[in-house]
Amino acid sequence: MIVSLTLILLAQLLGEIAARAAGLPVPGPVIGMALLLGFLVLRDRFRPASTRWLPPPLVDGGVEGAAKGLLAHLSIMFVPAGVGIVGKLDVLASHGLALAVVLCLSVTLTLAATVLTFVAVSRLLDRPKGDRT
Amino acid sequence: MSGEFALWVYLTRTPLLWLTVTLLAYAVADRLFQAAGRHPLANPVIHAIWMIGLVLTLTGTPYPAYFQGAQFVHFLLGPATVALAVPLYERRATVMRALLPMLAALVVGCVTAMTSALILAKLAGIPYDVRLAMAPKSVTTGVAMGIVEALGGDPTLAAVLVMLTGMAGAVIVTPLMRTLRIEDMRARGFAAGLAAHGLGTARAFQVSEVAGTFAGIAMGLNAFLTAILVPVAVSFLR
Repeated sequence: MIVSLTLILLAQLLGEIAARAAGLPVPGPVIGMALLLGFLVLRDRFRPASTRWLPPPLVDGGVEGAAKGLLAHLSIMFVPAGVGIVGKLDVLASHGLALAVVLCLSVTLTLAATVLTFVAVSRLLDRPKGDRT
Repeated sequence: MSGEFALWVYLTRTPLLWLTVTLLAYAVADRLFQAAGRHPLANPVIHAIWMIGLVLTLTGTPYPAYFQGAQFVHFLLGPATVALAVPLYERRATVMRALLPMLAALVVGCVTAMTSALILAKLAGIPYDVRLAMAPKSVTTGVAMGIVEALGGDPTLAAVLVMLTGMAGAVIVTPLMRTLRIEDMRARGFAAGLAAHGLGTARAFQVSEVAGTFAGIAMGLNAFLTAILVPVAVSFLR
């Protein structure tokens, strides 16, 4: 558990450093995600050697368990930031209703446009091969 | 009386009180969510937020004081984002097969998110400074704040609009997908992550792990593309 969390935090830390140092518009944790992905790829690529040299939790599914444990509770992590909007409601009060309508319409349009494009392109690609629906 | 006051002063100075309140409110909201048959409108995030907001208003607690305790929960967002690498790696074959549909949906979705917000807001007579803060509403808070700040807008307002968008998306996504008869969990998750960032991703993980994986990818890619395209969109649709 400790080793797995250390790896995850280390990936985030390196991601933050890279994002700040290079002035990238991508947040540090997203770079951290790419780094952890790279670690997993390399680990399985050099399997016999990595099993021998890495701490056991990093090769026997410990990282996977820790990561899934975090993701299972993703919802609650948005609560503290969400509470912040309760104090900002006066900013919205002046255009309250119009703003709410615009946000809901825009989200609905975005969801529909994205999902329909995804489905259309994947059907287009699948048809000639016919290997999956 | 003064003894009770001393206890209150002590409690408000340690993270314990507000951390407990955060977990308790979420636990209650999650029970209600399960009791309501996981109905989208019973989204535990939304209900935990207003419950805590009510407690803060009634006790006259300023938000920074609350955040002192709640920051431990907030902090986990970073490691959780890193953790998205695991489902992504485990489903890499599924992800690689969907590369082209993802890229097409990313471009269409990103452009729709920005232009629909800017055009609809203009039609609704919303002033320019609010519209500017609205343009990156579908990406993670940190990125949206950075984008708006760079364009001379109000980052706090952007953060509020991002959170509201996430909540609206998390509520709308499931009924909308049912109406459109979309059963492909990859597509549903991708749309949720693109339109409603982390809250959409959290919602997608509640529905299926495949949906959650694709939502995470969409969230990351959209943050990147939106950061590039918002300045262009704003200059065209002033």
